[in-house]
Amino acid sequence: MSEAAILPAPTAPYTTLAVSVDEAVACITLCRPDKMNAFDDAMKADLLAALKAVERDPAVRAVVLTGAGRAFCSGQDLQMDPDKANDLPVGRMLREKYHPIFEKLRSMPKPVIAAVQGVAAGMGVSLALACDMRVMASETYMTVAFIRIGLIPDCGATWTLTRLIGPGRAFELAATGDRLSAEKALAWGAVNEVVPSGQVLEAAMQRARVLAAGPTRALGLLKKALDNAIEADFPTQLLFESHMQQTAARTADFAEGVRAFGEKRPPQFTGA
Amino acid sequence: MTTVAPDILSTEELVVTRGDAVAWLRLNRPKALNALSPSLMTALTDAALALDADPEVRVMVVIGSERAFAAGADIKEMAEATPVDMLTRDTIALWDRLRRVRKPLVAAVSGFCLGGGCELAMACDLLVAADNAVFGQPEINLGVIPGAGGTQRLTRAVGKALAMDMILTGRQINAREALAHGLVSRVWPIEVFEDEVAELARAIAAKAPMALRMATESVDKAFETSLAEGLDAERQRFYGLFATEDQKEGMKAFVEKRPARFVGR
Repeated sequence: MSEAAILPAPTAPYTTLAVSVDEAVACITLCRPDKMNAFDDAMKADLLAALKAVERDPAVRAVVLTGAGRAFCSGQDLQMDPDKANDLPVGRMLREKYHPIFEKLRSMPKPVIAAVQGVAAGMGVSLALACDMRVMASETYMTVAFIRIGLIPDCGATWTLTRLIGPGRAFELAATGDRLSAEKALAWGAVNEVVPSGQVLEAAMQRARVLAAGPTRALGLLKKALDNAIEADFPTQLLFESHMQQTAARTADFAEGVRAFGEKRPPQFTGA
Repeated sequence: MTTVAPDILSTEELVVTRGDAVAWLRLNRPKALNALSPSLMTALTDAALALDADPEVRVMVVIGSERAFAAGADIKEMAEATPVDMLTRDTIALWDRLRRVRKPLVAAVSGFCLGGGCELAMACDLLVAADNAVFGQPEINLGVIPGAGGTQRLTRAVGKALAMDMILTGRQINAREALAHGLVSRVWPIEVFEDEVAELARAIAAKAPMALRMATESVDKAFETSLAEGLDAERQRFYGLFATEDQKEGMKAFVEKRPARFVGR
């Protein structure tokens, strides 16, 4: 069997993604392996549609995002006439095509884990960093490569990198485009776990299954609270926490949590 | 939130509930994102005027769904209309009835608040929002302008620069921008929005009704008179309130360090 034959194939209605749901975990796989999973217009539309679908699907309680083949994602497809590069309406393309994807990743009230099984470059790094957690293959690397073609990081990478690893390291990576090894990414806090190549997807799925068995609504509220914390001052965040906590306290899962605690047994959360 | 069974004032498009001296008027055309049809505006203004006359009610809350406060008017009904049609129907005249409501009207905005929806929210006394709220006057995209007060109330609320920007381009602003520019007074996370609105409404409902009425009238005067006239109007109302039982009770309770119990006289 050739290597290509075992790669996931796109699943309808998508032409560039494979989406499967198993044990309350949705796995979204970028499926343009011959293009290192670079984003063309179809993939942008597909990913936004897939994220909306898994957000709506009550059977989905956690999401894994990964790539087929050698790359996690190599960013925007750069095939173009160099003479026309200056005429590219990049700003508008970002705002209209990419930002809805990235905003959806942050606003979706379910955990999203990136399984970075291969190289992440340019916007591919932005994509991994916009997820809630990252599991990365030990043999692979990330490169915030924009500067090498005379651009700066986009799709939120200046924001996520600064917050995840600090401004000094963010500048180093973004100003040089140097490779960030898995080992260093882990040490710097850019990823949560590094495992041998070939085990990345399973490690991410395992984490996702644990989260999918958790109190889903509380996890969504937690995500919103942590994102708010990044920008809020302390009194504002205290107030925000109290609002999120009030909401969590109304869930059936909280009642189950309290009941299970009293009965000294593990809780059976349903996501309600 | 304390609610009871839907009130007799309810229609298919408007759900009215009451509890704790607060009346909730919930716009309920989910398929149309609460577009303000003539029948919905009729139901809303009928209910608001009836509740205004009901001594049990001290505050009214106008609210939509999580997804939409109100996303404008019924465009299809207007598409082929002539000026004579529009003038004959004169549905905007319905809006004048809202100005006759004397009790505090709170607009509680979550989701889309566009066109007529934004004008309705601004026609209320107090405007609060959920963090998912989006405000805009997109009429320019349809070849017209706001017709139910948008050019006037938005300008008074946020100033000329932003009002022109929104009205000439149709640009929408989010809850945070709306707060920064004074279009709304508070923003809460959508998860707790109705609880916080209920608490706000209850807090206002606990105040002296006559004072609330004098206060809203005085604040409204600020937009319609010179400063000297406005100050006069304010002072007359201030002195006038000393004729109420509630003023006696309010000041007595303050001195005795206990909560006041206002009776509305």
